Amino acid sequence: MIARHLIPATTIGVHRADAQTSIISLQGEITTKTENALMDAYTQATTAGAQAIILNFAGLKNMDSSGISLLIMLLVRVKRQRQRLLVSDLNERYCKVLKLVGLSQAIGIYETESQALTALAAVKEFNLGRIAG
Amino acid sequence: MNTLATQFAETNLHQAAWAPPVSRLKECHAPAGAINLNVRGLRVVGPLQGFGQLWQKTYWVRLSGLTISPAEVIRTWKENFDQFWPAGNHFYAPLTGIAPGEVALLNMSLPGGLPLSTGMLVLYSDDESFTLITPQGHFEAGWITFSVSEQDGCIVAQVQSLARAHDPLYEMGFLLFAHRTQERFWEQTLTRLASHFGVEGQVQMHKTCLEPSCQWLEAGNVWYNAALRTAIYTPIHLIRNLFRRVEIRH
Repeated sequence: MIARHLIPATTIGVHRADAQTSIISLQGEITTKTENALMDAYTQATTAGAQAIILNFAGLKNMDSSGISLLIMLLVRVKRQRQRLLVSDLNERYCKVLKLVGLSQAIGIYETESQALTALAAVKEFNLGRIAG
Repeated sequence: MNTLATQFAETNLHQAAWAPPVSRLKECHAPAGAINLNVRGLRVVGPLQGFGQLWQKTYWVRLSGLTISPAEVIRTWKENFDQFWPAGNHFYAPLTGIAPGEVALLNMSLPGGLPLSTGMLVLYSDDESFTLITPQGHFEAGWITFSVSEQDGCIVAQVQSLARAHDPLYEMGFLLFAHRTQERFWEQTLTRLASHFGVEGQVQMHKTCLEPSCQWLEAGNVWYNAALRTAIYTPIHLIRNLFRRVEIRH
């Protein structure tokens, strides 16, 4: 299932990687103008039953400080729903910004989407092992 | 090809607006008489590293009738940042101005006349906004963004903070009186900014508590509490200044 939330110069797409994981792909910028589109995408992913959300930033061109605030607000909602938030394909400079502001302590940052999915699968396997054990 | 080159240049420009990574804050510019404490060597802390309730507060003023661009307003705001603050509070800007990665010193007056020395790092700065992030010990953990934009043909100046009290002592202060003090502070700042441009602005405010619970794991932040550290240091600072004056006279 793919949905597109359009705002000028930015496209946000949502698709399901598996029953419990949704991927939100962003093309363009993440600023205050993106707030509604990003939150709509999150709501759509949650309604579809996602326990984990991966933000794929491969198409990210610009993120200003309101964009970082948006990530905090998204993280608050994710924590409230007891979900997990991961980020993939973020360029090196923005990775450093996320580390500087302390966001990397709460959001898993991965080089690629497949690495993020592998990490989620490993956590799932570990949890199943704990339940079985 | 040209479009690609332009996009590449734009991306670089956007990224240059961010502070480079810093593990600990460097020394900041402190004029004579200022208390330079609780800045050098400390880490910056975002909203996730604080203790209290997480608040987003937005203050704005419409600068009706102003014909200059948002970029010009933000330039004036950056250059005269300290002048718009309420009396008794000082923002000692870096010598190079408000630029990404620079550190500013703050000397503030808390209710009851208690002095507070802390700092802020310029996290982000572009033509229409700039953001300051707090270090350990500051009364809040988080950041504050100053921006100017055009809305419905009117220039709007805005202050937006996303922060929580840094430690349990500050949280107690916020619950008792500091929220109102802080809100008055930014209302006065925006009123002064509007006056600077000859506008009698009506400041509006909207606040949302994003996380009502405290992060008890961060209670240990109190070790860095800048208000306590400044209070302990202030008598020493006053005695030193007195001795310096006596030395100069002789």
